[in-house]
Amino acid sequence: MNSLGLSRVGQAKRSPTKNYPLLVRLVGLRFACPTLLLLAVAAQALGAPTAAVIDAESKRIDAMNKAKDAVLAIFPANGRGGGSGVVISPDGYALTNYHVVRSCGKAMQCGMADGKAYDAVLVGLDPTGDVALIKLFGRDDFPCAEMADSDKVRVGDRVFAAGNPFLLATDFQPTITFGIISGMHRYQFPSGTLLEYADCLQTDASVNPGNSGGPLFDARGRLIGINGRCSFEKRGRVNVGLAYAISINQIKHFMGTLRSGRIVDHATLGARVGRDEDGRVVVRDILDGSDAYRRGLREGDEVVSFGGRSIGAPNEFKNVLGIFPKGWRVPLSYRRDGKRRDVLVRLAGVHGREELLKKAGGRKKARPKPVPKPDGKPKKPAPGKDAKPPAKPAKPAALPIPKIVAEHYKQKRGFSNYYYNELEKNRVWNAWNPRLNLGAARGAWTLVGPLSGGGDYSLRISDAAVSLKLPSVDINWTAGVELGNSLLPEHSGGLLPALFLWRRLAVEGLDRFGDVYYYGTAPLAGHQGLADVLVGSHKGVDCRFYFDPADGRLLALEMFPDEESDPCEVYFSDYRHKGKRYLPGRMVVRFGDEAFATLRIEGFKAEEKGED
Amino acid sequence: MNIEHWTLDIGHSLVPTRSVGTRKVYLLILLLFSAPAAAAIVDTIDRVHPKIVKIYGAGGFSGMESYQSGILISPEGHVLTAFSYVLDTDYISVMLSDGRELDAKLLGADPRLDVAVLKIEAEGLPYFDLSKAVKLEAGARVLAFSNVFGVALGGEPVSVQKGTVAVVTQLDARRGVFETPYRGSVYALDMTTNNPGAAGGALVAFGGELAGMLGKELRNSLNNTWLNYALPIDKIRQSVEDIRSGKFVARRDPEEVKKPLRSLDPAALGIVLVPDVLERTPPYVDRVLPGSPAARAGMKPDDLIILSGDRLVQSCKALAKEMEFVDYEDPIRLTVIRGQELLEFTLRSAGESKPSKRTYP
Repeated sequence: MNSLGLSRVGQAKRSPTKNYPLLVRLVGLRFACPTLLLLAVAAQALGAPTAAVIDAESKRIDAMNKAKDAVLAIFPANGRGGGSGVVISPDGYALTNYHVVRSCGKAMQCGMADGKAYDAVLVGLDPTGDVALIKLFGRDDFPCAEMADSDKVRVGDRVFAAGNPFLLATDFQPTITFGIISGMHRYQFPSGTLLEYADCLQTDASVNPGNSGGPLFDARGRLIGINGRCSFEKRGRVNVGLAYAISINQIKHFMGTLRSGRIVDHATLGARVGRDEDGRVVVRDILDGSDAYRRGLREGDEVVSFGGRSIGAPNEFKNVLGIFPKGWRVPLSYRRDGKRRDVLVRLAGVHGREELLKKAGGRKKARPKPVPKPDGKPKKPAPGKDAKPPAKPAKPAALPIPKIVAEHYKQKRGFSNYYYNELEKNRVWNAWNPRLNLGAARGAWTLVGPLSGGGDYSLRISDAAVSLKLPSVDINWTAGVELGNSLLPEHSGGLLPALFLWRRLAVEGLDRFGDVYYYGTAPLAGHQGLADVLVGSHKGVDCRFYFDPADGRLLALEMFPDEESDPCEVYFSDYRHKGKRYLPGRMVVRFGDEAFATLRIEGFKAEEKGED
Repeated sequence: MNIEHWTLDIGHSLVPTRSVGTRKVYLLILLLFSAPAAAAIVDTIDRVHPKIVKIYGAGGFSGMESYQSGILISPEGHVLTAFSYVLDTDYISVMLSDGRELDAKLLGADPRLDVAVLKIEAEGLPYFDLSKAVKLEAGARVLAFSNVFGVALGGEPVSVQKGTVAVVTQLDARRGVFETPYRGSVYALDMTTNNPGAAGGALVAFGGELAGMLGKELRNSLNNTWLNYALPIDKIRQSVEDIRSGKFVARRDPEEVKKPLRSLDPAALGIVLVPDVLERTPPYVDRVLPGSPAARAGMKPDDLIILSGDRLVQSCKALAKEMEFVDYEDPIRLTVIRGQELLEFTLRSAGESKPSKRTYP
């Protein structure tokens, strides 16, 4: 807008043919050169592009044409303000910025390149990462963007942004701006707000107010990021050549948690890092209640790699932290006295629960920014004219929420839209429990099999107690008021209460277990890809249940007696059909850094209710 | 630049506008760079990044950023950058592309062009050979490298922007429009390059050849628009050579030069400087005594003295010290900044002083 690199009108419009004598002279001058090559290149200079240029151009136009169909112009129900977005699935899930939907509440209108406006509902929120997931209604074949691997993007790659800058598009045709990647893995400080842009992509494609939430595409029209921030300064709120996009790889990590309809938090390791005199990245201080501390990380240790990336600078460490949701377990490698240790660490939340809800819920109106006049001077209020602030415009009457949105929305504290949590929770349940096929067998379970160290075990799990018979000893555990009070057997971290909760979820179901919600997706040791996670609370402990999204089987559970202790981890494998039931053939129990036991399940019996 | 004659919409026009001679150059440039350019900029960027540095110095308050950009121009650590307040400190540091941070000395600066050269202690660095810098014409496609807004920290590569030389033009079309003493030609760019921290960054052709150095932020005082531009290397190469050969360099201690028996001082010329209250008080003229050599030559209050002879004087102390080397009987040449103008005066304490305004390239 304020750019001054301009060309002179009067001199630019010159017919290319007038240059021919020059070409002839030039050929004369450089007769020693291969004439054909010279002609070809000179022809290009004279405005006749080569086949390669025409081909590149048509590919670019095709990519833009295809990509534009998935782009959204997002408006709040009251029609004020707005932003951009992009559809990522045929059934209408779409991404945008948290700061775009913040003014919308639960309902919004989304205009697409087909000229139509679709109703949409808020699904998930990541206020720290400035990402929101919404769902459009009205089609099951929405055009959607294909996602690329944004870690493969290189500085200098051609990219284009699409969206609705300055809310120009009354027909919803997105504005396309073209540029290159100016920087990768940029870390942008939260700068007084909640919004932290970690590991983001920097582009010189012109991104302006209104582009927020819109897509950044690679040259082939694949989604690599969500535009959301610019460096503005004294020139007013227009692009000055620097814009930042949240990487699509980060959003892929958060996708499951966003689909859970929750207000999602970002992660912290519980440790601060800095650079030492030798330029190494070392731990400056560490909370002794953190999982990293329990895994052995101490002040002064060198952080070698984290989250699968080698760490050479403190910013690289912060970048890695910024791309994972709270609750993920990621690899960490550190070095002390020349010895390297590789561990998995659980990431805690950046914010306290109340703190996050308060920040996310605050519908604080953005301070009005000075609007640049055409001459670039910020508009100042007329001095002295009226001392009192202008009268507030009448609050627009609350618009009725469209029926389709109301049907897909449920309010619950801690959730942006509980409807979608129930939807996902039931999806996971329905993929697992019917295959377990307990039917009327709602009584106690008996499991028998050999121990890895020799001898047999027998395990009986009822709705009040668990007993484990080993060759040498019997261990009896009773569910008290607080399950975390008795973590038997010793050194298992609480295998018996963990198994108690396993049966309880299977038998009692989502509604009677206690408080159960769908967390989203998370990685699990020994499992390829992400697993669906349900979190259940019962009698003072939290339990995480990991399910395979492919076939619904229960992969593992983790029972946390409290927030600052290691959980008891139980991994289920060797699934097979036993009669009409699909059951694990093996349980591996781990606690802290140690394997506790491996139990093969050769017999499984579920009693009818009342036999006990 | 006369803004009424410029427009926004045809920045991509490739038709050359100057004499046949320059057209030839233009076509040759196209021959050299246009064909392989599209595919190779990712590789060009990889080659250029190690030659760009981040510079940290004075500032950091009230909208004055304490950082800017620089270009390595010798394997032993000469750094080309813009002469700005950031360098007005004894503690300048240069961060190399590998994240190493080194102390830097201001070797010298040519205030006429706002160009400075820093020196760091290093060897075997990747660098741009200024003698191989290229000249560009309107329409040339270029990349700009700078640590704009300081977004790249530590060893992170600086930002890259892509654009076109919109026009090669003179900055002096209307004097006083831009706050800079520079009066030569510039590359005006169709991308927003001249942001905080970008000064001293590199403008390179798509093939990776250095063509210009991004200048300080300049706002057109007539219409409040900002200029996006770079100084052509061929306009500043001579200055850099002068600085490296000892011109425009502050005197260093100890120097084996005999002081005259009776030397000059500001008072002998009728110059009263502002009170020297800081470690490095800029040598502003506070008063000029009536009838003094300085008054007769035309010096005025608020003139900022920047050069004594060819020596850079960045403080009242440096000026006083420099004058100790000038014989009381000899003339002294002082270069001052007055507003946006650069003026030169030759003063003689005993004889007649003459004003002399020089036009700079």
